[in-house]
Amino acid sequence: MADMTATSPGAAPQGLQTADGRPLKAALAASQARAKRRAFYLVAPLLAFVLLTFVLPIGQLLSRSVSDPRFIENVDRSSGEVTPIMVELRDWFKANPPGTEPDEAAYQALAQGLAQLAELRGQGDVGTRINYEAPGTRSLFTKTARRADDLEAPFKEAILDVDEDWADPVLWQAMRDASSRYTINFYLAALDMTRDVDGNIVNVPEDRQVYLLLFKRTAILSVLITVTTLVLGFPVAYLLATLPLRYSNLLMILVLLPFWTSLLVRTTSWMVLLQSQGVVNDLLVWAGIIGDDGRIQMIYNQMGTVIAMTHILLPFTVLPLYSVMRPIKPSYVRAARSLGATSWTAFRRVYLPQTVPGIGAGALLVFILAVGYYITPALVGGSSGQLISNLIAFHMQNSLNWSLAAALASLLLAGVLVLYWLYDRLVGIDNLKLG
Amino acid sequence: MALPIHASRLERIWHYTYLTICALIFLFLIAPILIIIPLSFNAEPYFTFTEKMLSFDPTGYSMRWYDTLLTLGMTNPEAPRNAAWWADAWANSTWIRAAKNSVIIGFFSTILATALGTLAALGLSRPEMPFRRTVMAVLISPMIVPIIITATGLFFFYSKTGLAGSYVGIIMAHATLGIPFVIITVTATLVGFDQSLNRAAANLGANPATSFFKITMPLILPGVVSGALFAFVTSFDEVVVVLFVAAHDQQTIPRQMWAGIREQISPAILAVATILVVVSIGLLTAVELLRRRSERMRGLSPG
Repeated sequence: MADMTATSPGAAPQGLQTADGRPLKAALAASQARAKRRAFYLVAPLLAFVLLTFVLPIGQLLSRSVSDPRFIENVDRSSGEVTPIMVELRDWFKANPPGTEPDEAAYQALAQGLAQLAELRGQGDVGTRINYEAPGTRSLFTKTARRADDLEAPFKEAILDVDEDWADPVLWQAMRDASSRYTINFYLAALDMTRDVDGNIVNVPEDRQVYLLLFKRTAILSVLITVTTLVLGFPVAYLLATLPLRYSNLLMILVLLPFWTSLLVRTTSWMVLLQSQGVVNDLLVWAGIIGDDGRIQMIYNQMGTVIAMTHILLPFTVLPLYSVMRPIKPSYVRAARSLGATSWTAFRRVYLPQTVPGIGAGALLVFILAVGYYITPALVGGSSGQLISNLIAFHMQNSLNWSLAAALASLLLAGVLVLYWLYDRLVGIDNLKLG
Repeated sequence: MALPIHASRLERIWHYTYLTICALIFLFLIAPILIIIPLSFNAEPYFTFTEKMLSFDPTGYSMRWYDTLLTLGMTNPEAPRNAAWWADAWANSTWIRAAKNSVIIGFFSTILATALGTLAALGLSRPEMPFRRTVMAVLISPMIVPIIITATGLFFFYSKTGLAGSYVGIIMAHATLGIPFVIITVTATLVGFDQSLNRAAANLGANPATSFFKITMPLILPGVVSGALFAFVTSFDEVVVVLFVAAHDQQTIPRQMWAGIREQISPAILAVATILVVVSIGLLTAVELLRRRSERMRGLSPG
């Protein structure tokens, strides 16, 4: 490339120039910048699209995980109009430090807030919001707001007359927490922590811990599934890699067909196979291995989740292993054998080390996919085989504690992104292959 | 893989044990998919082989579950099966409506994903692309991020922007999920693409558009089509996003299956599953043929 000599010592004082008299260095830089811009313009539409339909929604999820403003503003269900609520009480919280015994002014502010809620019909939402922080308090709000018009000074007495539970310091701490727009309480809840009456962060009593247990179970089951797919995938990949291409291409279909088959179909077939009146149990009874009354419960528990997910994720181990094993020359193992190694030693010390990149790629990919699995555990996992994704779905669809769901999802996302980064560093995302 | 003549007895035993193990693993892979096919013809509402089925008694088999797929949701399923009956099925049958929705959503999201994805793959495979690695990581991430997280995010986003319950919203979401597959397959095809062909075209006076459509496109077409098939399958099989953002009447095949499995699983689900297995066999065949074609074409080009 002659144009690279622009900076060489032998160049003329003003450097080499293009035909139209511009310095060659500048012309080259301009042309490279143009090429860069062109490449970027090709990617730009898709990048914009993915930012809009993927990155932005995830941003919304993150913002939702630190905020649930239902104690601060009321959104009218039909018109969508936003009204600030509990203004007086929030002012009282601002003026008084945490742990202050609520006085008459506080109760008056509460009464004003409740009266406004009764008008807006928003007591249910507020009650639900406080209920997340202080369980069992929702009914207080609905009950007291109904009688808000009858409340008269002294408000403290009047409100405590309606229900004595209003004096509970846990409730007041909960309202104080809910009165700031942003809170980390949902993350605390997602990590089985809570705040005590003085606002200190403490662990939830052991018998009420749910989420850490589920994170742990998700990790353990994912590791188990990863190991099983490796154990099953390695021999198959080895066979495919060492057979002549015309046979291995045929056998590869057996790996690729599950890969192309609908996830729901595969999950359904496992339900059919593993039921207590299903094919596998029938076979075992027929073969006399178990009695008719000793049918094994293989589904709606962790076993179901592990079996079905191993089957579903197995191709993701076989394919990267295969693509690493195929180019390994058989002459290395033969050389080891001719130098006196037994076949096991030759495999262990010569062949296996060469497959490590494939093992790493397959295992990491399967683990990443397994920790976020939702559909299969939901259908075949019963209650003991549920993973963290199922809990996120539960909070989104049943308990409707969306901020907690968002906090759990953000924690899961953080874990997956770390693994994804690791995968990109170790394997390279461009080396991802599909069939 | 053949056993050498000098193999010891132990090695022989291990060799055949190993082949047996492999056969069992292949059985594990394929049996669950094939087993549902005969079971979907069961005359009884059971999920296992009945005595009659095992003795190949024709009365043990029936098409009744396939029939249910047509009649479920029809206004008048008992009417004689003439043109009016079929028109009724086409308009009202629950599964046919779900299939129509699935095809519509799948078609448009595939078009969107393939068009944008191919364009981006062309840019990504140029050596001068800035921030190549980062951009690629972002574009592939919808495949890696757990679907429940994507669905939750989309739920919040769509309920704010009013896209919830609209076809546009679902199509956009499914396109996003299909894009990684298009990018991966098309960039893989472009790895073997000889850039000097484009330069030769430019040298002979073709403008960039001409050289793209006449030179690049025909060569990368197999990759583009298999990427499109992947994107279509992704959309056609997607249930979580649909559950989170679709309206109640926007049923798709996977959503209908999901409901069927969760509420009361009947062999009708197996009939749907069988049809889907046949579809996936067709798609797999198409992708295999495309891959071979692409390899042949690349084998012809120098470099």
